[in-house]
Amino acid sequence: MGKEYIDYDNIVVEMKGIVKKFGDFTANDHIDLTVHKGEVHALLGENGAGKSTLMNVLYGFYESTEGEIFVNGEKLTDHSPTNSIAKGIGMVHQHFMLVQNFTVAENIVLGNEPVKGKGLMDREQAIKEVRELSERYGLYVEPEAKIQDISVGMQQRVEILKTLYRGAEILILDEPTAVLTPQEIEELIDIIHNLVKEGKTIIIITHKLNEVKSACDYCTIIRRGVRIDTVDVDDVSQKDLAEKMVGRSVEFKVEKEELEAGDLILKVEDLHVRDNRNIQKVKGLNLEVYQGEILGVAGVDGNGQSEFLEAINGLRDVESGKITAGGVDITYAKPKDVNESGVVIIPEDRQKRGLVLDFNLAENFILQKFKKNPFASERGILADDEIYKYGERLIKEFDIRPPKVKQLAGELSGGNQQKVVIAREISNVHDLLIAVQPTRGLDVGAIEYVHKSLVEERNKGRGVLLISFELDEIMGMSDRIAVIYEGEIVKVFKAGEATEKEIGLLMAGGEANE
Amino acid sequence: MIGSLGFVLGTTLMYATPLIYASLGGVISERSGVINIGLEGLLAFGAFAGATVGYYTGNPWLGFIAGGVGSGLIGLIHAISSVTFHGDQVVSGIAINFIGPGLAIFLSRKFFSGAAMTIPVEYKIPKFLPGVFPKYSFLDNLLNQDWTTVIAILCAVVMWFILYKTVLGLRILSVGENPEAADTLGISVRKIRYSCVIMSGVLAGLGGASMSLAVASNFFPTLISGHGFIALAAMIFGQWKPHGALGACLIFGLAQALVIFLGSTSISISSELLSMMPYILTLVILLGFVSSANAPAADGQPYEKE
Amino acid sequence: MSKKKSTLTIILFSVLIGFLAGGIILKLAGYRPLETYLVMLKGIFGSPKFMSYSILKATPLILTGLSVMFAFRTGLFNIGAEGQFIVGAITAAMLGYYLHLPYVIHPLVILLIATFVGGLWGGLAGFFKARFGVNEVISTIMLNWVAFYLSNFVVTIESFVKRINVSYSIQPTASIRILGEWKTSDAGRAWLMEHPVLFDMFKSQVNVGVIIAILAVVISGFILNKTTLGYSLKAVGYNKYAAEFGGIDVKRNMFTSMFIAGSISGLAGGIQVLGISHNLSTLAAMEGFGFDGIAVALMGANTPIGCLLSGLFFGALKYGGSKIQTPPINAPSETVNIMVGIIVLFISMPKLIDVLKKSIAARKKVK
Repeated sequence: MGKEYIDYDNIVVEMKGIVKKFGDFTANDHIDLTVHKGEVHALLGENGAGKSTLMNVLYGFYESTEGEIFVNGEKLTDHSPTNSIAKGIGMVHQHFMLVQNFTVAENIVLGNEPVKGKGLMDREQAIKEVRELSERYGLYVEPEAKIQDISVGMQQRVEILKTLYRGAEILILDEPTAVLTPQEIEELIDIIHNLVKEGKTIIIITHKLNEVKSACDYCTIIRRGVRIDTVDVDDVSQKDLAEKMVGRSVEFKVEKEELEAGDLILKVEDLHVRDNRNIQKVKGLNLEVYQGEILGVAGVDGNGQSEFLEAINGLRDVESGKITAGGVDITYAKPKDVNESGVVIIPEDRQKRGLVLDFNLAENFILQKFKKNPFASERGILADDEIYKYGERLIKEFDIRPPKVKQLAGELSGGNQQKVVIAREISNVHDLLIAVQPTRGLDVGAIEYVHKSLVEERNKGRGVLLISFELDEIMGMSDRIAVIYEGEIVKVFKAGEATEKEIGLLMAGGEANE
Repeated sequence: MIGSLGFVLGTTLMYATPLIYASLGGVISERSGVINIGLEGLLAFGAFAGATVGYYTGNPWLGFIAGGVGSGLIGLIHAISSVTFHGDQVVSGIAINFIGPGLAIFLSRKFFSGAAMTIPVEYKIPKFLPGVFPKYSFLDNLLNQDWTTVIAILCAVVMWFILYKTVLGLRILSVGENPEAADTLGISVRKIRYSCVIMSGVLAGLGGASMSLAVASNFFPTLISGHGFIALAAMIFGQWKPHGALGACLIFGLAQALVIFLGSTSISISSELLSMMPYILTLVILLGFVSSANAPAADGQPYEKE
Repeated sequence: MSKKKSTLTIILFSVLIGFLAGGIILKLAGYRPLETYLVMLKGIFGSPKFMSYSILKATPLILTGLSVMFAFRTGLFNIGAEGQFIVGAITAAMLGYYLHLPYVIHPLVILLIATFVGGLWGGLAGFFKARFGVNEVISTIMLNWVAFYLSNFVVTIESFVKRINVSYSIQPTASIRILGEWKTSDAGRAWLMEHPVLFDMFKSQVNVGVIIAILAVVISGFILNKTTLGYSLKAVGYNKYAAEFGGIDVKRNMFTSMFIAGSISGLAGGIQVLGISHNLSTLAAMEGFGFDGIAVALMGANTPIGCLLSGLFFGALKYGGSKIQTPPINAPSETVNIMVGIIVLFISMPKLIDVLKKSIAARKKVK
């Protein structure tokens, strides 16, 4: 982005020596940050590096343990979100903070409502003001629509308008592209451009390197709560940024040998599935996975991936179509039968679907086979000895820490929780492994572990279906790449056949160059 | 015939009154995101406080107010547990159901020399339109209600107005739907939830007092027997809306009135079986649609900043 | 492990606070707390008769507590123990009167059927939840009232009602009292006179109920901890999404859980009729066995053995509490309900206990 709107004489945000502790954990360790008026400043770091914490401190959501904050040269004392709003700081959180059954206008004016008489809501005035604001900044919204009925992109615009309505001069955007399609990302970059032109200052929290390069002027890198560096984005490459972010050079490409693809293991034919609101989300999906390959499904969140997976899993009814795994028809099979037909799944949300957090590790390991020999007798009595012996074995085999069978799953780190899921699933007899977002929220070490496990599975001649919203992951891991858009596989490539750009375009519903 | 109708409708209103207060109490608390299963205990304490103050002061209105204040204080306990200490709201409500009636009878024994019931008040809550219509006429039966009944309906109207037409209402609703969003916009979740839960206690207390000062004339242990739970059902039935809750309470009141009416006629239907009907009816209606579809999204979830 | 330990601390702390608060309330109301507690204690342990009465009071509470606990472990809130208890009681009273069977067999048959009927009553709520998504809190509240009026209706049936508001008693063959008839016979009386402890004890309606209750505790513990059924019920209770993912039928388990919960309450109702009341009478208000069961389950940390202990605790308090009403104390017996309420209140907010613990620890450090 051009730097023509930056006013270098005007420092709008200055954070000095910020320390934030949660109990014994130090989330921010003496971080400094300087942002000028009209600047787009990226805060780059891995998940859990402390970026969001720092911004929550700036916004007054958290109180810092140590350190000083100056906004427009004025020191902030007794800081709170209300205070922030008064100082012209606005924040768009990663998880939108919107009231689902309120209208767009109600959400925008909430807490600062136009009134007629004492305390009476003036809804007409609210709608009028929202409309004016929306036109001024080129942020199109429908003021009278309810949040639950509008797209994610529009919800984000509502969030931005909320801050502008309160007169925000400094906007903090937390992972703003995480849920957007490539097209919506383009639009967002335009919006950011408009905002800077109007004299606003933007801070973007992100862990995506390409965004930093394409949308930001300066970048502060944070690693494990410590500020590593602040750089001019034009002076560094993505690789430099990546190294600073993780603290060592990272290889995007995963090492794997060439392999002949084997037999067909999963065949999905003309699958149709509806979501909870009875909207068709999978619309005639066709897909084939062979033994000895990793098939990556690339796509933006919300294009039917969840419904597709739940249909295979047996958690969601199939409307029409056919799913065959290893020659067995599992279209209408229940989760138990799917598992028994040799399909194991690493689900998207390990805490919600993957684990029973209040069960200990050994109990979690037998989730699908607690009724089977040798874990239970025919009369349904559990065999504790066998269960814990099995637990000990898996913990050792997969190096899960702490190595205690009686530890509750909820007390483990994210990486170790994911290991428990992987250990359980690939210890079940199977020919096909399906992994959905298997590295979400994990640190680099754990990500490498997961990737290695997937490749090992493939090398053992099993089929691997990888569904991920991270295009980098798909590109690095897959032997073949299928692109999903609006519930359909729009195209399948062999690895290396297509560039990231081509795939990105298809993910957004564009046409690929033949 | 028209006389009977008047009697049924009038009795409906009379029986619905305590339910309306309690049910509105449930609405206001749950709209702000705090489940209040303790309505039963709040009603009992309000009934006791109302009857006691009504008896000692000789003024039913002071008693009525005391009922509200008394249960408001018990409501404060629920607020402290639910809001400040992020307690389990259902469990805390259960506790209120032990503490409310327990304290009511305890104090009754203290003030009325060991008796579990209070001495009847000399002056009950006055009627709304006494002597305006001929006695036992349709209009007299229908409209000449206790003042507490009129106030109950007024409360429903006022609550509807506040929730849907005022800034305060928008804020209360936002806290019940998405407290985090409200908090980031500078709305104090704590203040709103505290006020709403205390208000919930006040309303349920008024309901209890309307029971002991208008329907009956004293407090005794079985005076409140399940009204709080019925009010809770009415709140859900009414989809957490003041007007919905009002309607549901009227249906329950009507069922009660029919039981009494049919009992007074020559129709030989077991009054026990008739009394069962409203509950069976509620079940049947609940089976028709998913009951929690319109619950406030954050109902029952403690709000804590990490 | 650490979790279990902290739950125990929270409960013991809450009980302590319950007694303290009860004492403060007594003091404020002008009674003497220490003496009151002493009388209560004597009223529980003072004689074999008192102790057996305390156990009799505790028996239904242990069972309804177990019932509520069972549902809790599957993530369901069984407010309906009250109604399930009532239908169990109705079943027992009617079968006890109408059915003619030999000794031992008669009560066995009755208790089995009462258990089953209670199970159906609870299972109904489970079915409504699984099939129609009806919140079990609401459906069980409704079912409580249906059961309540059903019970009152039964006491109006002409062939069943002995005098107004009271039904005929069960046949002697159906009683589960120990030494029921013998103890009033001449031989029995003579023998008991020679054994003063037993004589005193058998002044109450001593019955086998508590043995059945202990058996139910053991069986519940076994089901929950040692069987595949327990595993799946707990998995659903802790995380129904993961359970579903693992191939466990969540809806069926909800039904099963509510069925088991209902059956335990039904059993409690049956035992109460066959062991204590021997008949039904018209109810003016809910008796509260089910609601007390909620408190028992919570104070028992939702474990079977915990329910046994807290059931005994609550039952004993209730019985002992009735002793403080008479001179020289003259304190209201409702003190017990207030105490239990306060205990439950503090159990509902572990965070407060944490804060208190920390501040106490900090103060100790200063010293």
